[in-house]
Amino acid sequence: MTLNGEEVDVSFASYKTLLEVLREDLGHTGTKHGCELGECGACAVLLDGKPVLSCLVLALECDGRNVMTVEGLAADGNLHPLQEAFADLGAAQCGYCTPAILVTAKALLDENANPNRDQIREALSGNLCRCTGYLQIFEAVEAAVVRIAEERNRRA
Amino acid sequence: MRKQEESPELPVEDSPGDAEALQVIGVPRRRIDARAKVTGQTRFADDISLPRMAHCKLLRSPHPHARITKIDTSRARAYPGVYLVLTGKDLPIPYGILPVSQDEHALCTDHVRHVGDAVAAVIAREELTAFEALDLIDVQYELLTTISDPQQALETPEPRIHDSGEEGNIHKRAALEFGNVEEGFAEADEIFEDTFFYQGSTHLPIEQHAAVAVKDPEGKLTIWSSTQVPHYLHRTLAKVLEMPAAHIRVIAAPNGGGFGGKSDPFPHEMIVAKAALVLDRPVKICLTREEVFYCHRGRHPVLMKFKTGVKKDGTITSMQLQTLMDGGAYGSYGVASAFYTGALQTTTYHVPRYRFQVCRTFTNKPPCGPKRGHGTVQPRFGQEVQLDKIAEKLKLDPAELRLRIVESPNRLTANFLTLGTVGLAECIRRVVKVSGWNEKFRKLPEGHGAGLACSAYLTGAGLPIYWNNLPQSGVQLKFDRGGGVTVFCGATEIGQGSDDVLAAIVAEVLGLDTFDIRVYSGDTDLGPVDLGSYSSRVTLMAGNAALQAAERARAMLAEAVSKRLEVPQHRLRFAHKYVFDSMAPERRVTFPEAICLAEAQYGTIGTVGSYTPPKSQALYKGGGVGPSPTYSYTAAVVEAVIDPVTGWITVPKVWIAHDIGRALNPPLVRGQVEGSVYMGLGEALMEEQEFRRLPQKLSHALVHKFPSMLEYKSPTSLDMPDVVTELIEDPDPRGPFGAKEVGQGPLLPVMPAVANAVYDAVGVRIDEVPITPEKIVKALAEKRAGRAPRFGPGDFPAIHWPEALRVPPPWEGGDGRAVNEVRRQGKPSSEKEKVHAS
Amino acid sequence: MMRLPRFDFRAPRTLEEAARILAGEGTDALPLAGGTDLLPNMKRRQQVPKTLVSLRYVEGLRHHQMGPAGLRLGACLTLAEIADDPRLRNGMTALRQAASQVATSQIRNQATLGGNICLDTRCNYYDQNYEWRKSIGFCLKKDGTTCWVAPASRKCLAVSSTDTAPVLLALGARVRLVSHGGEREVPLSALYDNDGIQYIRKRFDEVLVEVLLDSLPGWKSTYWKLRRRGSFDFPVLSVAAAARFSKQSVVEEARIVLGSVASRPLIAEDAGKFLVGRSLNPEVIAEAASRAARLAKPLDNTDFDMSWRKRVAMQFVTYALQELRGDDMKSERGRWMHHALPF
Repeated sequence: MTLNGEEVDVSFASYKTLLEVLREDLGHTGTKHGCELGECGACAVLLDGKPVLSCLVLALECDGRNVMTVEGLAADGNLHPLQEAFADLGAAQCGYCTPAILVTAKALLDENANPNRDQIREALSGNLCRCTGYLQIFEAVEAAVVRIAEERNRRA
Repeated sequence: MRKQEESPELPVEDSPGDAEALQVIGVPRRRIDARAKVTGQTRFADDISLPRMAHCKLLRSPHPHARITKIDTSRARAYPGVYLVLTGKDLPIPYGILPVSQDEHALCTDHVRHVGDAVAAVIAREELTAFEALDLIDVQYELLTTISDPQQALETPEPRIHDSGEEGNIHKRAALEFGNVEEGFAEADEIFEDTFFYQGSTHLPIEQHAAVAVKDPEGKLTIWSSTQVPHYLHRTLAKVLEMPAAHIRVIAAPNGGGFGGKSDPFPHEMIVAKAALVLDRPVKICLTREEVFYCHRGRHPVLMKFKTGVKKDGTITSMQLQTLMDGGAYGSYGVASAFYTGALQTTTYHVPRYRFQVCRTFTNKPPCGPKRGHGTVQPRFGQEVQLDKIAEKLKLDPAELRLRIVESPNRLTANFLTLGTVGLAECIRRVVKVSGWNEKFRKLPEGHGAGLACSAYLTGAGLPIYWNNLPQSGVQLKFDRGGGVTVFCGATEIGQGSDDVLAAIVAEVLGLDTFDIRVYSGDTDLGPVDLGSYSSRVTLMAGNAALQAAERARAMLAEAVSKRLEVPQHRLRFAHKYVFDSMAPERRVTFPEAICLAEAQYGTIGTVGSYTPPKSQALYKGGGVGPSPTYSYTAAVVEAVIDPVTGWITVPKVWIAHDIGRALNPPLVRGQVEGSVYMGLGEALMEEQEFRRLPQKLSHALVHKFPSMLEYKSPTSLDMPDVVTELIEDPDPRGPFGAKEVGQGPLLPVMPAVANAVYDAVGVRIDEVPITPEKIVKALAEKRAGRAPRFGPGDFPAIHWPEALRVPPPWEGGDGRAVNEVRRQGKPSSEKEKVHAS
Repeated sequence: MMRLPRFDFRAPRTLEEAARILAGEGTDALPLAGGTDLLPNMKRRQQVPKTLVSLRYVEGLRHHQMGPAGLRLGACLTLAEIADDPRLRNGMTALRQAASQVATSQIRNQATLGGNICLDTRCNYYDQNYEWRKSIGFCLKKDGTTCWVAPASRKCLAVSSTDTAPVLLALGARVRLVSHGGEREVPLSALYDNDGIQYIRKRFDEVLVEVLLDSLPGWKSTYWKLRRRGSFDFPVLSVAAAARFSKQSVVEEARIVLGSVASRPLIAEDAGKFLVGRSLNPEVIAEAASRAARLAKPLDNTDFDMSWRKRVAMQFVTYALQELRGDDMKSERGRWMHHALPF
């Protein structure tokens, strides 16, 4: 499979989910788990560009597919604008739900460059957070939208 | 490294000691661990992997109450891939967080007390292998009577869940009286009696508990754990493993949320430690979500009865509070929780006479302990809802009533708690203003309501868990010639930003940027003791320790620089990574140069700081719970919309004002407030740690109704309303830079504000938490039928209370002692005698 | 953490191959579509198949064909694909509404239409981990002999928890099933039984491959879902309603279906018949709601008090009919379902 832009070869016990292979066989512990049953969202990764719950994906079904985790958000030594905004605006407290929210938000922005607050809420409604109360998370996504637009304009 | 030409323009002062603008404190900043968290680089306990690491799974009791008559582990031990099986006999030494409740074993030796009680452990090469081997352990049980709730516990003295409890299945009772409450009732114009029930709830951190233990070639043990209390865990491991504490290193991994659920030493920690010692391999365990529900240590379900006497103008003449707590199967912090269900009722409004009676029972359920607000949340709900009823009867606006009776700062309460700054009045006024309270209360259309409530909370428990006369927090600073500063402290980062607080305080004092500072926290080998991240103590206590250490360093550096620059010390300023003459900034040295000057003068530089809370004046038995260096205050207004046909309730908005003293980092502070509101709404509307007793004739089972993140309801992003946060900053000198707590206080007023909003909306009282549509519908039916428009508990049961300790309040000449405290025979009266006696 | 049990994995490329494997393995094998229902059940050891037969690589299960006669939806279309499909409007609106409210966005990216139609029935006593179920001595649905919802019941009372099935029933859907022995097309209503264990008349070796809907000119449809939170939660009550109106807004055909009040979605025949020939005025709506709600006999097998859920059933049928009538229900949708769906 392709993991964060790189081809990887990995062997693993066949009963493992994508979550377990990422964390245990590929050393990518950025993706977390809170329940392993699809009830919290903490294990979200992008599979072929779409957010899925890695605890419910068989690793066996990922052959030849494209996986992106939080470790793949930064590029060329720079944080993704979402990561910058989350860090700067206090959107990560304990940080445990953060990787899943970041990749899910990235997928949102890839599809909709200018979501309103309701659309952000809806897109993140599959990710539980017990620390922040979500509001600073929404603001960080909104700030990232602005930064991405500015960056786009700057390059244009 | 900044080049000389690029150095900032350093400010000139006309005279030294001009009010120095704070450079770091109060400035919105990115926290020092933020980038690690957003890149997934923060290493939580389960992220740790070591060579040859084995995995542990626990076998847990399927019965709520039973004796173990036989355990046969032979089939499990023979299962391919299994390295070790442990049972209770391998870890026979009991422990517990409180010295008076050493009632837990890492693995039950002969008595299981709740479904989920750990009975055996399998350590194997793979986690799945360990899980498969659990089924091969044969355990035979002799069932005992299931005790489901406090009422049954009171009526069922045998079989005893713990022989160490006070009597039967009563864990603890206490009664305290400050002043003559009956006299106070006689003086009152109106007396109000209300019962309330507050359901249990759990912390539900997203990160499950996890621990990794490893033995080094010398036989010394290191354990990483998702724990809030590395120091208490350290002591417990030494006791249970019978090893010198000096040979044990506890590293608190950053917690993925704690909220009080990771403040006890846990069986799984003892077990992986023991297994690592036996196997000479690293051993890891990560609990499943269901197991986290069995660890619990969450909010006690509490039945409360308030009797309050007031004058027509709202002045309180007397208050009496009785509480009945469902403690679950073990003591945990329960004795402290018990006193917390009464201690803080006097901190918000002036209560001249107060009687408090509490009873905690054991039941066959996962043990209750500290959850955000620890025991003070439930009675605060009762008090604030009752005040709403009082205001209505006295025809006073609820905000107005409270403003009339707000306690004064810097004085003792009836129960001898020493108050610091009290910003409650300002909180009330501010929240009234920003919410538009006066245009809303009793004025919104049917189905819409506004409710107001207030609260107070500790800024750190004044006394440690185990008696000692040592500092509660220590910080050590190390300085590198290159200008790097390292902070060592036992404080634990559980998401609240404690690492950042330490860095910010040191940075402020020494004129640095927080990113010049490294913090090593939560490691018993590296940092001085800090008692842990609980009771909102870290900002004040570790912060003050850091402040002291930094100021000591500053003094040494200032002396050395003063000599070099020939500038009097009092004119030196530390800012922008320079040390300079405030009146002539061009006379300066860089911070690294200052270090070198000091090192040349003194030798290697290093400083320590520590903090011990001031001695409490609550000297009566039970007075150890409640005192704090100072208290934070909060006021909240909640708007609620209720559908009168179905009772469906939504909360569109919350306004909250919090008396924080000083916001060290405003975005982080806002995050704590909003997070507290979120958790408060969860408790108010949907969270329930509820149990199901199967029909007695068919089964003895008593199980958690929903030990999953799907069925235990916590609010999603769609369920969270907008929140307007107002910070009241009136610095309290007891806190570093005037800061008080913010991690717990803002949770408390939310639930009663919701209840009060429901009453405003549809005229029914829900005297219970959670406040659900079903209850609202039932109350509305009562209202239509002409009965009391209320849903809530019935009568408080008759309990045989002990004779109350009578402690005359300060204004009756009291000295903080009980006039009728009887010393038990043979009890040593001083610590020295205690040592000799043992 | 919780781990899957060990299993053999087969990845057929064609439907014939898949059918052959299922026939050969017998009840020891289960088909795997999105996995969002099956994998949690496996981790909790409610279902422990020896072999998983993945449908991921099977051709011909992901089509979306809209023709003049109607709509053919491949069973392995994800719920996200259904929810995001703007072609599903007017009569088909309710299908989009239902699909878009299942669980969470991440789950909808994996979960399939077929999987939701075949969704296992649920219960407080059954959807629990292995150790928990051991503590209660298991239950009638799995490994035990007592239905703890109603100990006197000889039938399992687990509740139907699918969001799409009530809508598909209201829209008169048919489904095609393929097995090694052949294939059959049946109305969806014939697929379900009101039994918590035998809730679906699908043989172990059959694969549900396609959903067929007639085009519904002149129809309108709506879906209302009751749950505690705005996401994650299964329905604890749902109402799917579809109707065709004359130019004078008189009902010509109507179907009301109640979900999650029994072990299968219940078609409110009486209420539907009552509406025919009438306009949706308040009295008519109230009478239809009352008749439909009579079917709702919720039990203590899910979230919320059962008596309260019954009360809400009436309210929800009312809302659904008001919406069909053309009322703007955004505000009520916002309060109950936390978001006013833009379609």
